[in-house]
Amino acid sequence: MLLITCPCCGVSGEETEFAPGGEAHLKRFGPGSEEGEFAGYLFYRKNPKGPHFERWRHAYGCGKWFHVARDTVTLEIFGAYKATETAPPQEILDRIAARGKA
Amino acid sequence: MSDPVTATGGARFAGSDCAISDLGALGMVAIRGEAGDPAFAAAVQAETGFALPPVRRFEGEAEAGLCWMSPDEWLLTCPYAEAEARAGRLRAAFGGLHALAVNVSDARAAFRIEGEGARALLARGAPVDLAPAAFGEGDVRRTRLGQVAAAFWLGRDGAFRLVCFRSVGAYVFDWLKASAASGARPAGF
Ligand SMILES: [Zn+2]
Repeated sequence: MLLITCPCCGVSGEETEFAPGGEAHLKRFGPGSEEGEFAGYLFYRKNPKGPHFERWRHAYGCGKWFHVARDTVTLEIFGAYKATETAPPQEILDRIAARGKA
Repeated sequence: MSDPVTATGGARFAGSDCAISDLGALGMVAIRGEAGDPAFAAAVQAETGFALPPVRRFEGEAEAGLCWMSPDEWLLTCPYAEAEARAGRLRAAFGGLHALAVNVSDARAAFRIEGEGARALLARGAPVDLAPAAFGEGDVRRTRLGQVAAAFWLGRDGAFRLVCFRSVGAYVFDWLKASAASGARPAGF
């Protein structure tokens, strides 16, 4: 079970109060892009064993989208940050590095 | 105006340690706006009599008050007959602000859950720490109950009030009733 703290409303809940939204920080390739770029944007996803940056939504709570850094093996949550961030905050990267998983 | 009919038609259930009742027609006005905008906060306070409640808090007495719903959303609860006029007055007060007030009274169902077993009953269906030290009077939680979304708060009278979408009102009542009747309680209660 994951315990997640929503960075939008500050409420902590377990994972069934939230909805996962897949890999975070995708760059969109739309009309006019190369076929390979579009296929990558649409279909290709990381599937790491270890730290992973994901989108989540506080589906049963405040309703807002945000980001979570999570270890797919230990299920440790390294932190959550707002959907407006285009890259993980340094403090979360430092926390991951401190686990020797940078 | 036609007479309002609630989702469960006034259903009630009295268990051994808690009672569940349909609150009847309750006025509900959804309010959305920028919490940090003084003009928005002042307009809400002038109409409702309450400052915008902070995260997870309810201000008011019994069913009537102002409930936090999200960082930019609140729920005004009032007598059913007042809701339409209050939503209109809020909209007028907002003027050109990027804010809204909508009468959602008929979109939701509302229940009262009371008795010494009320905490344990909710704790069985919602992923929320309902220990008295963690959830006290005036505390609100918008969360999941059973399989659906719900919001509940603990009133100063010691009874919980719960709101959910009208379409799942009968499900929520049946869930509460079945859980209360089973006597099963989560560990720690
Ligand atoms: Zn939230």
